[in-house]
Amino acid sequence: MTAQTDDELWSAIADPSRRRVLDLLVSNSEVSASWLAGRVPFTRQAVSKHLVVLERAGLISRRKQGREVLYQVQAGRLDQATRAMAQLAAQWDRQLAAIKRLAEAAHAEDKKRNHHDR
Amino acid sequence: MAGLVIEREVLIEAPVEVVWRTITEPDQMSQWFADRVDLVVEAGAQGYMEFGDQGGPVVVEVVDPPARFSFRWNHPRGEEPVAGNSMLVEFTLTPEGDERTRLRVTESGHELLAWPDAEKQRYADEHQEGWADYLDRLASVLSKRQPG
Repeated sequence: MTAQTDDELWSAIADPSRRRVLDLLVSNSEVSASWLAGRVPFTRQAVSKHLVVLERAGLISRRKQGREVLYQVQAGRLDQATRAMAQLAAQWDRQLAAIKRLAEAAHAEDKKRNHHDR
Repeated sequence: MAGLVIEREVLIEAPVEVVWRTITEPDQMSQWFADRVDLVVEAGAQGYMEFGDQGGPVVVEVVDPPARFSFRWNHPRGEEPVAGNSMLVEFTLTPEGDERTRLRVTESGHELLAWPDAEKQRYADEHQEGWADYLDRLASVLSKRQPG
């Protein structure tokens, strides 16, 4: 999570409007900025800005077809991000499981002690 | 919550005070978290956590026993950790009866915390899911679209 490239990636997907653009790109193969602009509640200009950020993070790529520029998701990069998140989730799960073990053992110990004191 | 990266929770068969001690006492912390924890659990206190040959500074943010404990980390060396350059880890403890506690951890961060409130609210309304869930969903949509 500390690497510079990851930072770019996380801030790219953190913005709700960008997520909306990314959602559309994920469920449609290759689309243009105007196509996207027709499906989101913000301006064509805003769409272009979001596309720049997503492209810089490596999440999408562009291709020229005639006079149109088409955008598509970079599946490999998305997969990489998904794996990084899954690892972080698994790490917290391990830590929570360890807390659970420790707290439950401490509680059992407290109960035993109280029982003896009685 | 704005900028939510991850959210996990666990149900523990112990009272909330016991769970609180487990997550905040340094000798306990070193058993579930870092290899070495050098930290005073007080709002604003600066400490250090060591993981193997890696380590980093930590700054305690909120200490509200036995309900809430949070700290910031992953900020650039030599800088003060603030919203914008660090990750916020927050533990929330909720008693469920006398002998049970729901413990929730969230990790959130980066520039999102500096967003205007209206934007944060919109984010919270639209995206309850954490980033892991969001990415999982995207990946599954993608794999359905591109078989093999």
